[in-house]
Amino acid sequence: MNIQVDADKCIASGACAQVCPEVFDLDDEGVIVVLDAAPPAELRAKVEEAAAACPAAVIEVHDQSRV
Amino acid sequence: MTRSRVVVVGAGAAGWSTVEALRRFGFDGRITVLSDEVHLPYDRPPLSKQVLSGEWEPGRAQLASAHRIAEADVEWALGVTAAALHSADRLVVTVDGRPYPYDELVIATGVRARRLPVLARDALVLRTLDDCVALRERLRTARSLVVLGAGFLGLEVAATALARGVAVTVIDPQRHPLADRLGSAAASSLVAQHRSRGVRVLTGTAVCQTQRVAERDFWLLRLSDDTTISADLVLVAAGSVPAVEWLAGTSLEVDDGVLCDSEGRAAPHVWAVGDVARWYRPDLGQHVRFEHRTSAVEQGQAVARAICGAPATGRAIPFFWTDQFDLKIQVWGSTSSAADVDVVFGDPGGPAYVAVFHDGDVASPTGVLAWNAAGPSRPYREALVRERSTA
Ligand SMILES: Cc1cc2nc3c(=O)[nH]c(=O)nc-3n(C[C@H](O)[C@H](O)[C@H](O)COP(=O)(O)OP(=O)(O)OC[C@H]3O[C@@H](n4cnc5c(N)ncnc54)[C@H](O)[C@@H]3O)c2cc1C
Ligand code: SF4
Repeated sequence: MNIQVDADKCIASGACAQVCPEVFDLDDEGVIVVLDAAPPAELRAKVEEAAAACPAAVIEVHDQSRV
Repeated sequence: MTRSRVVVVGAGAAGWSTVEALRRFGFDGRITVLSDEVHLPYDRPPLSKQVLSGEWEPGRAQLASAHRIAEADVEWALGVTAAALHSADRLVVTVDGRPYPYDELVIATGVRARRLPVLARDALVLRTLDDCVALRERLRTARSLVVLGAGFLGLEVAATALARGVAVTVIDPQRHPLADRLGSAAASSLVAQHRSRGVRVLTGTAVCQTQRVAERDFWLLRLSDDTTISADLVLVAAGSVPAVEWLAGTSLEVDDGVLCDSEGRAAPHVWAVGDVARWYRPDLGQHVRFEHRTSAVEQGQAVARAICGAPATGRAIPFFWTDQFDLKIQVWGSTSSAADVDVVFGDPGGPAYVAVFHDGDVASPTGVLAWNAAGPSRPYREALVRERSTA
């Protein structure tokens, strides 16, 4: 699994860090920070839930093979 | 349990979230999405901000990449308007008479811009990408714009248009617009920000009569204070109405939106999500409708879980934001019902602050407002989430 973000679109809702704090955190301005761009497979469901919860379509999850 | 065919009417944030989540939770039947717009799912908040300003090309507002769209394996019926629902036969019928049978129906038709009788024709509204592109085009040459309505949409457009060098007047019959959404202090600061940057904001003022001077391509508006103003463009930003025309004559209960139980069920095999839906809130003892971007997602996901038989998650805290000039205002929870407000960071007169709304105990907040303070608000909104979400 591979994560791509378009941080310019982030509206600083904090949803991603709330849903999946293992992978997403926020900087001093509340904007998304990816802690691990290729997290282990067992986090897949949580990462996808965070991507879906984002109100600004910032986060994309890819399969490693595709990217 | 897997059902054979889900039909979603409406391809906005709520409709797309439902589809995306259905696949994520393992639904492997057919999904058909009907939308009267011709575009694949796109996001509306940028329409009054980055797309309108010209900073983004419209394509940047799309909700999902081509890859995600392909993966979702949806039959898209775009440019197709649902005209009737026959719930006994589990059938949606389109304007041109085509039947779409379903096992589960998800109503995600959103809202439409309210038109004002005093301005029946020609005035612009902003709800869709096409509206946005048309307004953006007109703003290229317009010298002046009147915005009717000082809600979030009206003020966002005012800020964007001003930055493009257009003279902007905002008119609202309410004396204290947005006080119910932001609390009175933040609402008046916001109006003051507009005025200090050069937007004319006329509150407590209504438009009584309008005249379109077609040969010279401008408007004359007579106002309730007996003055007259002229403008090249008029935008109506006077709220919205749920898109429920097509549900007339059904057994669904429709009253300012489609009434649903606390899980989004409007009738057996019929669900409603997003701006069009009024879900029952057991904690409040009433049905509530939100026009918030996050609520569209949460409801879409909750309904997808229910259809797939996945366990429900707790209810999230309502959240919305608005961006105007260089200001970002964010609200988590509710600011309107609280008895007390404490400023916990910064100073309301200054560039950034955080206010906590509560009923006497700041440790048990009902709402958090961040004024250019997304970062500093974090511990307070996290406390709110801990206190108020249902597990
Ligand atoms: C300009 C603008 C700026 C915004 N900014 C913010 C913001 O900053 N923050 C925030 O929290 N929220 C904001 N919002 C609100 C947010 O965008 C909405 O809450 C969200 O888009 C709701 O999604 P939805 O899918 O429920 O409805 P919609 O996005 O309206 O989607 C409904 C779709 O259904 C279609 N439809 C309607 N009737 C039919 C029919 N009979 N047959 C077929 N299709 C039909 C509609 O044309 C539409 O495409 C903004 C909204 C707008 C318009
Ligand atoms: S959920 Fe989206 S908008 Fe919110 S902080 Fe994360 S990336 Fe930004």
